[in-house]
Amino acid sequence: MSQSPSNVAYQVMWNRLISVVEEQAQALVRTAFSTSVREAGDLSAGVYDVSGQMLAQAVTGTPGHVNAMADAVAHFIRRIGVANICDGDVYITNDPWEGTGHLHDITMVTPSFHGGEHVGFFACTAHVVDIGGRGFGADAASVYEEGLYIPIMKFADRGTVDETLVRIVRGNVREPDQLIGDMYALATCNEIGHRRLVEMMTEFELSDLNGIATFILDNSRRATLERIAALPRSSADGELTVDGFATPITLKVKVTVHEDRIVSDFTGSSDLDKKGINCPLVYAKAYACYALKVAIAPEIPNNAASLAPFEIEAPVNTIVNAVHPAPVALRHIVGHFVPDAVYNAFDKIVPGLVPAEGAGCLCNFQVSLRPRTDAPAPAHARRSEVLTFNSGGSGARPEHDGLNATAFPSGVMTMPVEATEHAGPVIIWRKELRPDSGGSGKQRGGLGQFMEVGAREGHEFDIQAMFDRVNHPAQGRRGGGAGAATTIVQDDGTPMNGKGKQFVAHGRKVMMAFPGGAGYGDPKERSADLVKRDLARGYISAETASNDYGLSASDIAEVETAIANGEAV
Amino acid sequence: MTQQPARLGVDIGGTFTDVVLEVGGNSFSTKVLTTYIAPENAIIDGLQQVCGKAGIASSEITQIIHGTTLATNALIERRGAKTALITTEGFRDVIEMRTESRFEQYDLNLNLPEPLLARHMRFTVPGRMDASGHELKTLTRADIEPVVEQIKAAGYESVAVGLIHSYLDDSHEQLVREVLLDLMPDAMVSLSCEVSPQMREYERFNTVVANAYIKPLMKSYLGRLEGRLREEGVDCNIFLMHSGGGIISIESAADFPVRLVESGPAGGAVFAANIAARYGLDKVLSFDMGGTTAKICLIKDQTPKTSRVFEVARTYRFKKGSGMPISIPVIDMVEIGAGGGSLAHVDAMRQIRVGPESAGSEPGPACYGRGGARPAVTDADLVLGKLDGDNFAGGTIQLHEDASKTALSAQIGDTLDMDAREAAYGVAEVVDENMANAARVHAVENGEDLSEYTMIAFGGAAPLHAGRLCEKLGIDRCLVPPGAGVGSAIGFLRAPFSFEANRSVYLRLSDFDPDMIRELLSELQNEATGFVRTCDATSEILPEFKVYMRYSGQGWEIPITLTKEQAMNPDATTFEARFIEDYTKLFGRPVEGMDIEITVWSVNATTPPQPVARVTEVTELKKATMNGKCTFFDPGAGQRINTYKYDRTKMEAGRVINRGALIFERETTIVVPSSRHAVVQADGCIDMVIASDATIPPVKDYSKGAAS
Repeated sequence: MSQSPSNVAYQVMWNRLISVVEEQAQALVRTAFSTSVREAGDLSAGVYDVSGQMLAQAVTGTPGHVNAMADAVAHFIRRIGVANICDGDVYITNDPWEGTGHLHDITMVTPSFHGGEHVGFFACTAHVVDIGGRGFGADAASVYEEGLYIPIMKFADRGTVDETLVRIVRGNVREPDQLIGDMYALATCNEIGHRRLVEMMTEFELSDLNGIATFILDNSRRATLERIAALPRSSADGELTVDGFATPITLKVKVTVHEDRIVSDFTGSSDLDKKGINCPLVYAKAYACYALKVAIAPEIPNNAASLAPFEIEAPVNTIVNAVHPAPVALRHIVGHFVPDAVYNAFDKIVPGLVPAEGAGCLCNFQVSLRPRTDAPAPAHARRSEVLTFNSGGSGARPEHDGLNATAFPSGVMTMPVEATEHAGPVIIWRKELRPDSGGSGKQRGGLGQFMEVGAREGHEFDIQAMFDRVNHPAQGRRGGGAGAATTIVQDDGTPMNGKGKQFVAHGRKVMMAFPGGAGYGDPKERSADLVKRDLARGYISAETASNDYGLSASDIAEVETAIANGEAV
Repeated sequence: MTQQPARLGVDIGGTFTDVVLEVGGNSFSTKVLTTYIAPENAIIDGLQQVCGKAGIASSEITQIIHGTTLATNALIERRGAKTALITTEGFRDVIEMRTESRFEQYDLNLNLPEPLLARHMRFTVPGRMDASGHELKTLTRADIEPVVEQIKAAGYESVAVGLIHSYLDDSHEQLVREVLLDLMPDAMVSLSCEVSPQMREYERFNTVVANAYIKPLMKSYLGRLEGRLREEGVDCNIFLMHSGGGIISIESAADFPVRLVESGPAGGAVFAANIAARYGLDKVLSFDMGGTTAKICLIKDQTPKTSRVFEVARTYRFKKGSGMPISIPVIDMVEIGAGGGSLAHVDAMRQIRVGPESAGSEPGPACYGRGGARPAVTDADLVLGKLDGDNFAGGTIQLHEDASKTALSAQIGDTLDMDAREAAYGVAEVVDENMANAARVHAVENGEDLSEYTMIAFGGAAPLHAGRLCEKLGIDRCLVPPGAGVGSAIGFLRAPFSFEANRSVYLRLSDFDPDMIRELLSELQNEATGFVRTCDATSEILPEFKVYMRYSGQGWEIPITLTKEQAMNPDATTFEARFIEDYTKLFGRPVEGMDIEITVWSVNATTPPQPVARVTEVTELKKATMNGKCTFFDPGAGQRINTYKYDRTKMEAGRVINRGALIFERETTIVVPSSRHAVVQADGCIDMVIASDATIPPVKDYSKGAAS
């Protein structure tokens, strides 16, 4: 088309691109084999211009991938070389530093050609269940032990898949068919995005994406900068200490609002840990950016321009800027605490906007079941790996209670217990809310949850625990109380650790209580109606209602009568 | 007294109750305002009106088929009974903890919807089944009795029972019912193993709770309705439309009222399927656009696509995950917040956004002149020339174009430096694009290519937007049927008796067991047939077999339809071949080396479809007589066009309208874009077909047209 498209046409195209990447992500959810992708939504998908600038990203997915994905394509262009980019190519990597933070995330990038010209890229990322090495856990001393490393390379060259690479991958992982299946699923989802892009370019008679890219990026940049310009130009410090593996980890951050950007500087944070809970900078950046963006510019779609003003600095070889060959498999633990640290600073710049501290990192565990070894095992006993995702409570907000047993900042979902029990001989005996675990406050912290896990008759297991906040519960804001800490113990009283692989004998159960979010504001200011409601629902005990919130004995009796009569409170 | 069949279809919607009477090949319809307090009053009113028009007595009605949003509304508005849940110890909070995720990640102040039953209304009992259906922990009467005593003392009227893995073994749930009925003989009991015997506790428990919650209300309503109809002299069977697109007896409906949710939209899909059959169309996209939402459904081989789970009562901008999941057989529809009343605004990126917020009927779009200051889609349509402001709704509502222009300029044009017309164009383009995106995503999810489809458009706002939507989707042909305003009620009269039974049982193809499969499918067939038999004692009943399959390790099952032969003489090779075929169609290529498994088994028993007379498509074409001049903006052509308007009621079969015209009718306007011709078919459908020499026009620069 000789003349450039109208404003309305560009609006339609921007809409369309967001729909295209959403479709790309949905295709991945439907075809992936990893439970982390298909049940929990641990994935990301996006479209880029030829220079590697991200134009749109699917809303399906989790914040940890946001910036990492945004930066990844530039690494691919540099490594592959512009001259070697051909129609039919598909590129791959699981480089923690040029991808999304650990070897378990596979990123695939596909160049998009239209009318013989290279017009852009599609990229997607998924968390795979196994990549070899020691398996998914914190136990490695370096990235070399954490699994197979795939540098940025061609998975397919002009339509031909690299069978050598496929054989090497197959020979190095525990579930080769699943992993290869996932790699194809990633390639397919880029292909679906590409087809839809070509349809759009044909419909609008476009020969390149330059015009629409400029339109998207200019509007997003301007909108983001407007939000930043409206903030007070100042700077504040925040700090947060959590369990870590063997020694506590402190995150220190100075957040500075400039005229046209916000910088989060993590100087002063803990050094590297010996175990695999270190975080590459790109992943810490993703969560720092997410924390600020959701607070000040939530409705601006993610793209190169809307993300650029959120900058991060951290000295090399600190816990938030681990470099090769530090172990990083469980980088999500530190990553998920970054928002709490950032909010502890940002609350001093803009009071009354951000929540109190919450459970932070997901309460995940993996059980490795096997036939019992202490006595003859029944014939049906088998080996199985079962990974579950669970959440504690989120921190109370200035105007709302925290969310009960709901992931924040992560965006993943839990799996149904009935589905988990089909995945292996595991029994989840309990999965329900944990009363009195939400920090008290004018707004109460979200409740954590109880879980009890055992094995079916004839099995024993190892549990790979990935919990934090055992010794460092979530802290309240403006007079709000702390959330309850994590606890983990066997049913016979045998103590257990919050992190690491631990043996559980035949017949034993692991009893876990996941942490609550912290409260916001003085609990004495909480509305009596809400205290009564919480008591009726059993979110809090009568003791807490009386001690923390000053509910009178007669009010408590009134609530108990209402419960006995099945009345709404 | 005539002996000819006189069938009455009744659809209670949010605003109107639609009543259609078909007798002796004639159809009589009316719309009356829904009477919320006693919905049966509107039905009686409508019934009297149509009987009067037809000149028959109410005693001559031979069959009534009824669909209603009452069940849906009771869930949305939380107007259910005092209900308790009995569940497995350790799982009291399943319906509250949901998926433990936020359906909108970019909202710090997000609140999740409250469960239907607050925590103190949920009780637990010991006892536990494992994932193979074996008892891990016993459950005795002595365990249950104290819990039931508590529920009795609290005065609960309805009780839902949902226990872990009950879809595999229902004995614990049955025992709970036994104790409940012994101690509380008047209580209404719903078991999850009967309401929704499917794996995934959150969906199953939520479904049984929803059923229990609306059961007393629906049972009493249906009882009252039957009483009132008998008083009116009606002496025929009354049936209910269900969400799966078939009809069931009033007794089954009272036991499983959750199956009535979304029965109105299901009727719309059946209506479209019937038109597809008339024209022998195998691939149809039904497009139903009303005041608040647009609904899109794929209809293949004249059968609407079905699904096993859907979401009702979305609380947050129609966003996926913000409602409650209900797992029952349902017609698979995409519903988005795009209707005539959807409001438009400009966001922080200077993008025009439309919906899901709606102007409703008060104050309504700005053009209603009732104080609405924000522009709605109807305002854009009016400014673009697509509506006749002096004859809207038969002249009952005067539309004010000035008010529309003011609202469009103030809310959109001033920010984006556009005049009111260009702003109107932007609003219409954005809402059409939203609907087109929803249709594209739905098609891709089902492995379908929309360019092979025909659109059937109905609902008040659909004819205004269908032409442009076809351009955007690359669809060549669109039918706009007559009677589209009461489409759902007509659809009820076309639906078969049907009931779908399904069960979650895992089976890997490597463990294929033909005897077990035959037994399971026969059992499901008997169950489903039993329900249909209560509606029709003599008709042939056809079974439709479906299994849901996936590669072991995946989380997403795809439905595979089996012939009776394949189902009753099962062999693994056939099952595998059918799966590979459909999987490849959906996702491009099969995955080598993975075992395949079946997760859900389903049998739909249905009476044979009513014979449909094929429409003989008109061949003798005559130019239609115009009814004056008009000007409207055609986004595909990128300009305002001066053309002619037509009156639908004055056009007989065989009349042709050339590219670019407006066809006015009482409730709406059919917009024929410049890319299309329209022909009036023998059954009154307006058949809009792409003009052979026109390609699908892209969005052109508006500025040229705007100035004219």
